[in-house]
Parts: sequence; structure tokens; C-alpha cells
Amino acid sequence: MSTYYAGLLADVGILTLGGLSVYIILATGQLSLGNAGFMGIGAYITSYLTVTLGIGITPALFVAAVASGIIGVVVGFPALRLKGIYLAIATLGFGEMVRSFFLNLSAMGGSSGFHGMKHISVGYIWVWVIGILLVVMLLERSRVWLEMQAVNDDETAAGLVGLNATAIKVGAFGAGAAVAAISGGLFAHHHVYIEPGNFGFERSIDFVLAVILGGSTVGPGALVGSLVLVMLRFAGRHDGTGAA
Amino acid sequence: MLLQQLVNGLTLGAVYTLIALSFSLVMGILGVLNLAIAELFMLGAYFGFTAILAQLPLPVALVAAMLGSALVAIVIQKIAYEPLRDAPIVTPMLSTLGFSIILQNVATNVWGSDPLQLTDEVLPGRLTLGSVSISTMQLLVMGATVALVAILAFVVQKTPAGRALRAVAENRDVARLLGVSAARVTLLAFVLSGVMAGAAGVLIGMHYAVITPYMGVDIGLKAIAVMVIGGTTRIWGALVAGPLIGIAEVMTVAYGGSQVRDFVVYGLMILILLLRPQGILGGSRSEQGQRV
Amino acid sequence: MTAPALLSLKNITKLFGGIRALADVSFDVAPGQIVGVIGPNGAGKTSMFNVITGAYKADSGHVMLAGEDVTNQPPHRIARAGISRTFQNIRLFGGMTVWEHLLVSQPHSESLMRRVLPTRWADPTALQRAEEVLAFFGLEEMKDRNARSLPYGLQRRVEMARAVTARPKLLLLDEPVAGMNHDEAEDIRKLILRLRDDGLSVLLIEHDMAFVMNLCDYLHVVDFGAMIAHGRPEEVRADPVVLEAYLGRAA
Repeated sequence: MSTYYAGLLADVGILTLGGLSVYIILATGQLSLGNAGFMGIGAYITSYLTVTLGIGITPALFVAAVASGIIGVVVGFPALRLKGIYLAIATLGFGEMVRSFFLNLSAMGGSSGFHGMKHISVGYIWVWVIGILLVVMLLERSRVWLEMQAVNDDETAAGLVGLNATAIKVGAFGAGAAVAAISGGLFAHHHVYIEPGNFGFERSIDFVLAVILGGSTVGPGALVGSLVLVMLRFAGRHDGTGAA
Repeated sequence: MLLQQLVNGLTLGAVYTLIALSFSLVMGILGVLNLAIAELFMLGAYFGFTAILAQLPLPVALVAAMLGSALVAIVIQKIAYEPLRDAPIVTPMLSTLGFSIILQNVATNVWGSDPLQLTDEVLPGRLTLGSVSISTMQLLVMGATVALVAILAFVVQKTPAGRALRAVAENRDVARLLGVSAARVTLLAFVLSGVMAGAAGVLIGMHYAVITPYMGVDIGLKAIAVMVIGGTTRIWGALVAGPLIGIAEVMTVAYGGSQVRDFVVYGLMILILLLRPQGILGGSRSEQGQRV
Repeated sequence: MTAPALLSLKNITKLFGGIRALADVSFDVAPGQIVGVIGPNGAGKTSMFNVITGAYKADSGHVMLAGEDVTNQPPHRIARAGISRTFQNIRLFGGMTVWEHLLVSQPHSESLMRRVLPTRWADPTALQRAEEVLAFFGLEEMKDRNARSLPYGLQRRVEMARAVTARPKLLLLDEPVAGMNHDEAEDIRKLILRLRDDGLSVLLIEHDMAFVMNLCDYLHVVDFGAMIAHGRPEEVRADPVVLEAYLGRAA
């Protein structure tokens, strides 16, 4: 397999995880247009851990996922106050704030970016992608998933049958943020260079598109959507010199 | 120095105001966030530049930008909004998002992805008042903004069509009962919003003398923040929030904080959403969540 | 009433703006009782349910469940403390099958592990409970149908089944036989009696007088947000105050 197609495959994997991060949050009825922010958080934390502290990539990804998950929970609480389009706008703002934060973080290179990560193989990326996809597919057969659907559909009725809508919605934000962070960590170590611009609004939109193109009601949809999106990009490129 | 920054800030603020009004017309009246407005703005700039490069006079370029964007806005309304009118509010937002990607691709294919530059200044000359120097172009940006806002205000406040707009904004169902044609009001909101976005595009394009197919996203997102800060449920909040954010941005850049400005603007936007959804100027909170 | 009350409302007042939806309402539901709340439309019956279940905050007064003060707790806490309800306008979850409704409303004492793993192989107790309730309500054949696509009468049944799955101490039914014909209502009446035999207490709102009189052990009459009468069905039926509230208005 040529490096070029390997790169495309890596892009599909990373995008799939991003799509899943949106999908998990969307399952509770919350649309996040800021998941590139969590991806960026994951990318920077993982890179800091592997480059500066010399930790292995796998533990670094776990740490980044937990850290980003906690930030996701913190973001999830105020998000409870907002619904629909207002939540979408607020998460969009969150994503832009994170991007702006890394632009100012001179310790991690600021606008000139950060490098020094060791390149990871496409196979390693896909171990994560398949692993997380399987976890999500198992989760879809669990009671928690039904609880998420219930909260999505009718929060009041869900509360009155004993479901804690707050915990479920905030938890979904945390889980989505963790998955996005892993996507970011893998991105950073695949491209071995990151800059704040990698994690802007367009990236968040790609995640959402991957979910929508693949059908927003099943987990593997994110994988299908990512494939479609990367192939569309590939087909739309006349010169064929690299993916977006 | 301070006055000079104020003038520069007002120029930027004027453009924010126009785009924020464009967002706010559709959001305030129909409750839909039309994300393609960012690309209407970009297209307006290209329409205007095309006219200028064809040696057409400046007013023609302005009109071409406004009409061109308004036409595209109608297409968006017919294809991306109308079929989804009764879907959950997030759905039309996503379809306008899809549309904006298409528009960006179209622009890239028609005009190329490289920046398009004007070789000559469209409006050379500067006006010097004491220590403050204002370019004629800046004057045009601000003057045109004031004129457009005045026209918009007249249309919305004084004409029958504007009354229909406000009726729908107030209460869609009641307006329908009173015989207001929702379809026509929707179309009008999209057209006006296209006109504003197109004008903003050509104005900022001529001001910077360079445009790209990707110019819409950053300014578009910023304009959404301006709209929110002005209050999503009131159209005119943007008149205050636009200049305010424009000046604040120019000031932070001038006084060494260029990198923190986005952080502050979006932070403020989120705070407003959480604490004062009616915007900085809004009165009562009764409108909160009205169209959620 | 001799037994200590299962549910006890003490001087509940609920205001909407200046209007008193509930004015100083007090009453008890003893364990194992079927208690009805009747009254004209807009008398405050559903508001009372909403205060009991935490959907509305009471402006004053207390709601006690088995001696525990649950006033103004979040709805999910009150539900977990042992109160389940159905809604006047049925509120089933969209896109979910009957079976899924019975899984999602299981008792809430279970570990997170059981909840996040696939129910099919990680949670035999939940499956067993769901089967049990399914059989009790005679919904076996509808198991995999989308709940909202069922006929109206069956939807009411599914909603009741969902409420019962959580093993509540007290079941609140908001107009359980509204829109049903006589036979369907009779089926529901038998179901409620069987539930009581299993140890459940029931508090219900209903307009169908024949249904209420045939089913309830005790009745409370509400009008303009206040309790105007109470007693056994035959006592209430003969109460002139009640006749006045109903007939006086209807005339």
C-alpha cells in the first residue's frame, strides 16, 4: 500500500473517532459543533506527554482521554442550560476558544505549532478505531443507551421514570470528549506536527458531517460517513497530492 | 492613536454589524441559524470583485454583490430551508451547513483557491482630521453600512412586508392565523439577509483589496458571536454589538493582545448565552428560550 | 385510617402567578389502598400529581413518602424513592419498542457495570423483570413493536407497564381509562386491582365516575385547587357539596 493511500486510511480512522465523539453526545439530543476543541485538547496533551515527558503513546492516549473527558463534563454542565441551536452556537464558541487558547500557549509552540512526535502506523490507529467502535456498539445494546435515547426524546418523562437526565447528558459529553481526545492524539502522532488551525470549526463540522452522511442512528454510521467524506475529498482533488 | 483605532474598529464593526444582521434576520424571524450566510458574504465579495475587474463602476459592483448574494439566498431558502421547515430546528441548520460547503467548493472551482487581489485601490485617497487618518474606503464602508441599516430599518419598521416579518418573529402561529403568508415572509427574510451579507462581503473585500474562497468562515463565526452578544431574539442588538466587538478587537490588537481577542469574544458569547440570552441590551428575560 | 400513611400531603400550596392551583391540600394514602382524586376540569388534579412527582415545585407544604420528606426533590429522586406515574397525554419514548420501555425503567439500584454492558448477557435480572411485567400486562405479542405505533388503549397499557417495572411503592395514574370503551376500562380496572393485590398502592385521577366508584377504596374531591370533600365512594356520591361542584357547574 502506498503511503498516500495509507494516509487516506489513517484520515478515515481519525475522522471516524471524531464522528463517534459527536454521535455519543448527539444520542442524548445535544449537538456539539465544538468537538474539534476536545480533539485539540487530546492532541496537545498526548504530544506533551510523549515528547516532553517521554511517556509511551498508549498510556499518553489514556491520560489525554481522561483529562479531556473531565473537561467534557465541566463543559457539559453549563451546556445543560442550553438547547438546540443555542447549544450548537455555544459549543462552536467553545471550540474557537480552545483553538485560541492553543494559539496563545507558547509553551506548546503557539501559532508555529508543535512537533517531535514519533510517527505511528496506520495499523495502530485502526486498533483504536475498531476498539472504540466495538465499545460503542456494545454500549448501544445496553440500558445506558436506552436511557440516553429516553432523555433525548422526552427529558421530563425520563426524569419521572427515575432517570437522572443531568448525569446522562453530562456523562455523554464527557465520553464524547474522551473519544475526540483519542482522535486528536492519533492525529498528532500520525502527522507528527500539530498547530491550532488543525482543530478549528471546519474539523468540528467534518465530525458532524461524518455522522450525518453515515446515518446518525447507529455507531458504524460514523465509519461509513468518514469513508464517504474522505473519498469525496479524494475525488474532488484534481492534483491528487494529499488529503485535507 | 486612540481615535485612529476607534475609526479602524468602527470599520471592522460596521462589517460585523451587517453580517450579524444577516444572521439575526433569519434567526430572529425564523429561529434558524443559516450557516451558509458566511458563504453569501464570501460570494458577495467575489461578485463585487468580478464587476470591478470588468471595469464596471463601483455602485454597480455593490449592487451586483447584493443582488447576487440575495439570489443565492433564495436558492438556499428553496433547497435547504423550505423542505425542512417543520423539522427540528437543528436540521435546517445542518442543511445550510451542507450548502455552505457546496458554495465554498463552487467558488474554489470558479475563481480558484488562490487569493484574488485588486491591483489598484478602488477608492484611493485619505481624509486627515488632526491625528486621525481615514481612508475614503473606510468612509465608504461605514457610510454604506449606515445607509443599509437605515434602509433595512425602514423596510422592517414601516412597510407592510416588514410588519409581516415582525409579526412572524413575534409569534409564527398567530401571524399565520392573521393571514400572513409564512412562505413570503420567509423568502423576504432570506433575501434581506442575502443583501446584507453580500454588501458586507464586497465592502470588506474592497477594504482589504484581497479575497479568498475561505474568507467566510472566520468572519462568519465572529458575526454569529456578535449576533448572540447583541441578543438572538432581537434583530437590532447587532447595531450595538457589532461596533462594540469591532472596536474591542482592534483595541486588543493595538495594545498587544492580538492573540487573546478570539478567546475573549467567544468567551463573552458563551457567557451571554448562559446568563443573558436576551443579549447585552435586552430588557426582560421573558423571551428566553422563546424559539428553542 | 389506622395504618401509617404511605403518601402524605401536608398543606401543599402551588401558585402560578397569582393563581392558586393548589390551596392548602392535605391528604394521605394508606399502604395497599386505591385512592381516587376527582373534580371538575382545571380543578388542580394534575398539578397535584406534578407536585408529588417533583415536576412542579410546591410553594409551601410537604410531601412525605413512607415517612421520608421528598418535597421538591428532583423528579428522578422521587421516582427512585418509590413513586411512578403515567400521563394524561401518553408520553412514551419515540423510537423505542415496548420491550425497550421495560428495560429503561428498571429499578435504579443497579450497578453501572450492568447498565453499560449489553443487557442481553449482562443483566438477567432486568430481563426477568421485563418479562414478568410484559406477561402481567398481556403485552407479549407487542414486545418488539414500536410503542408509539400501537393503538391508543395499548399505549396506555405500555405506559402503565413502564411505570410498574421500576417496582414503585406508589403508582400515580393520570386518567388511566380516558378515551377507552367500557371493556377496555374494565380490563384496566382488573389490572389495577391485581397490582394492589401484589402490594402496590395506587393514586389515580379519573373523570369516568362509574370506573372510580367501582375501583377506589377512598376518594378525594378537588375543586378550585382545594379539597372540598373526601370519603368512601358511596359517601362522596351522596355528598351535597360534591353534587354542587359537579352539577352546579355542568348545568
